[in-house]
Formats: sequence, structure tokens, C-alpha cells
Amino acid sequence: MARRQQVYDDIPGTFVFDADRAREGYPINTFCMSLMKDENRKAFKADEAGYLKKFNMTPEQEQAILKRDYNKMLELGANIYFTAKLGATDGHSFQHLAAVMTGNTQQAYADMMLAGGRSVEGNRSRTGKNKPAPFLAGPSTGKPAAKRQSIVKPKAKTKAKSKSSAKRK
Amino acid sequence: MAKIIAGIGSSHVPAIGAAIDNNKTEEPYWKRVFSGFEKSQEWMRQTKPDVAIVVYNDHASAFSTDLIPTFALGTATEFPPADEGWGPRPVPVAKGHPELAAHIAQSVILDEFDLTVVNKMEIDHGLTVPLNLLCGKIPPTGQWPFRVIPLAVNVVMYPPPTGHRCLMLGKAIKKAVESYPEDLKVVIFGTGGLSHQISGPRAGLINSKWDKNFLDNLSKDPVKLSKIPHLDYMREAGAEGIEMVMWLIMRGALGDKADEVYRFYTVPASNTAVGHIILKARGGSTASKGKKPAAKPKMKRAAARAKVEIRRSR
Repeated sequence: MARRQQVYDDIPGTFVFDADRAREGYPINTFCMSLMKDENRKAFKADEAGYLKKFNMTPEQEQAILKRDYNKMLELGANIYFTAKLGATDGHSFQHLAAVMTGNTQQAYADMMLAGGRSVEGNRSRTGKNKPAPFLAGPSTGKPAAKRQSIVKPKAKTKAKSKSSAKRK
Repeated sequence: MAKIIAGIGSSHVPAIGAAIDNNKTEEPYWKRVFSGFEKSQEWMRQTKPDVAIVVYNDHASAFSTDLIPTFALGTATEFPPADEGWGPRPVPVAKGHPELAAHIAQSVILDEFDLTVVNKMEIDHGLTVPLNLLCGKIPPTGQWPFRVIPLAVNVVMYPPPTGHRCLMLGKAIKKAVESYPEDLKVVIFGTGGLSHQISGPRAGLINSKWDKNFLDNLSKDPVKLSKIPHLDYMREAGAEGIEMVMWLIMRGALGDKADEVYRFYTVPASNTAVGHIILKARGGSTASKGKKPAAKPKMKRAAARAKVEIRRSR
């Protein structure tokens, strides 16, 4: 049965790993877990298509893995923490995978992160639900308590403090 | 009686662990992150908790998709670091507190939180990175300065528990800890977040306004936080940002009122906004009544904080 539409499918560029995808993607995620063992990594690298036959995947899932189409894997039920193990088996950093999934060069992706990341503005909804969540109404104070009060014991105690400390002993 | 004296919120970005393990903490990119935890490490040395309950999520290390427990509490005597593909992190094996953990399990299950009890479990960066951030680098031959009770929460498969459920579980944990007869100073970690998305074409999402609001409301209005729907977390804070619900277990365990004593926020570490907070439970002293006086009620916040610091500074 085809996957039912869900309200969170409205979030752009996002494949929510829900119970349905966990069910469908079980063979992919199980394959990815197998790559935790060196002997399995070697067996996979020696014969990728042959190795995948052990996991009862759909042909579409097998193709997504062979082509390293990371977005397709997610759509077909893989989870990112599992596919990251495939990336590692290929010797790639996580930022490489992020660049592939977002259609960037790795440098462009890294630069975007350094500049503060991808803005949520314009990225909330496929269907124009771009109003911020009610929780965001009203400004944050932006005043961390740390600036008001030191959390650690001052090295040189003031007289008054030593006194009250002594009293408590 | 055991008592939860403080809550610690901290991101658990794996790259932070890698930076520690590969001695990159002095590089400018990483120094920006680690400098935000220096005061917290000093605070931890002064606070000297006996036990830390660490709320975190496993990242395909201990749990595959064979079993996906919503709440899994570790009752083992020790928890070795997991091999996440590069060998186990060079950190100490975490020593558990099986008696307190089993007591918590019994207490919260009877309070209708049907958690899974785990007697054998490896722990991944989700737990060990926050311990490093608060305790510094400790070699595998050393020891973490407190016992560890891991509480693994499913935030990988949608839906994770609701924010409300998390806040309520925190309250049940507080009740459980306070009914344990031994005098123990307990802290609770909420880990993960803040805003980030690492999957799909929208990867790289960061929402600082969201994050700052979240940090503000941990002390101001945690009930408001507990009402945030999952859809809003995912839209605003990223598909993986939803793991911030774990901070609400920590918050719930501090009681109705808690005071913020420290906060740090920086963007980015790898793909993630790093958030950190220390919250103190009200109601003062930790150990037995014989040793220390109970805190006076209704002290003004700042004064209360200062006095608690003094008491603890011996």
C-alpha cells in the first residue's frame, strides 16, 4: 500500500522518518547497521549488488543504494543516522553527505553553515504556511543569566561571603 | 534522601567528540565552542554530584530499527562506549548506579510511564559528548566524576514522545529520586539540539530565534514549551531538532520553579546550533538535614543563587 500523506509532508526538503518509513526502510537500515562490522564492509565493497541481495530490498531501494542517491534512500525509508554509516564506509565525512543531499559543493555547504546556516524564512512550508509558529510570538529576552551572575565560586572570597560561609559550617 | 539539585542542557554534536578525541579543541573554530563550557566545568567541579541521569538518544549504535523503545533506562553496572564506526571513543566506561536506576524504573512505571529497562547497553556520542563538555577530556583509564544513569529516548523515529509527556516523566523521575533513602546529590542532563536538520535537501537549517526562545522558557514558562506540537519543532527547528523534547525531561525533574544560572549559545558546530544551560532546582540543600541546613524559602532569586553557591563551595 502506498504511503499515506501526512501533515509533515508539507515541510519542504524533508523526509520525516515515521513509523511507516521505518517499516518500509527496515531492509535499508538493517543493511546500514551491518556496515558497523569491518568484515561486512569488505564484503559489501567487493560485491555491492550481491551483498544487497541478503536484505530483501525492493529493486528501487537497491538502486538508490548502488547510486548513492541519499535523498531517495530517505524517501524509501532509510534514516540519516543509518545512511551515515554507508557514507563512512565510502570514506566520506558527514558534510559530504549533507552537500550531496542539498545539491551543494562541500565548500558551499560548509560556508553556509559558517554564515549561520540555512534560514527558516521561506523554508517552512511547501504550501505557503510560512508564518512563524505561535511559540515564536514575542521576542526572546536575549539576556543570558550568566551575564548577571557568575556561576562559579570567586577565587578570592569577599569578607561578607567568607563570614556567611563560615557560619554554615 | 536523594535529591536532584540541578539540570544541565547540552547539545551532543558528534563532531564535538571528534574534536576532543583528535585534540582540535584549541583550533579557533572549536575554541569558540569549548570556551562556552569552561565555567560549567568549574561549576561541575564545585558541585560534585554523586550521580548524573543523562537523557539522550541513541544514534543507531545500541538500537537498530529491530527495537525502538520510546524510553529506555539503563540499570547496568557499567556502560561501555559504543563503536560508532571509528572504534569506541577514547573515554572512560561509565559506571552506573543500578540500585537507584532500578528504583527509578519501578517508581515511574507505577506512575504510569511504561519504560523499557536495559541491563546491557553501549552508549554513543549522544551521552559521552555532553559528559566531556561538562567534565573535560578524561582518558579511558580514568573515571567520570559521577555515576551515570542513561535514559535513552526515541527521537529518531517519528513520533517521539510529546513535550508534555517528557515534562511529566521528568516530574515522575524527581518523585522517584526523592523517595530513594540514600543521601545522593543528583544532576540530570537533557541533551541534543538545538535547531538542526541533517537530512534531505533542507539540511543545514538553523533557527536561532527559536533556540533562544526555547532557552528563555526553560526557566520562564516550561509548560508553554511542553505544548509545542511536533510539527512546529520540525518546521522551525529542523527534522532532527525535534530531539529538543528531551530537554523537557530534564526540566520536569527540577520541579515547578527552576533558576537559570548559566547559558551558552553558538552557531555552528558542524551542522548544528550548540545550546547549553544550567538550571538550578529551588529548595536548596542537597545532602542530609544533619549535615547542612535547609534553604530558607522565599529568598530572592539572585540572593538564593548566591547563597547556594556559597554553601556548595566547600
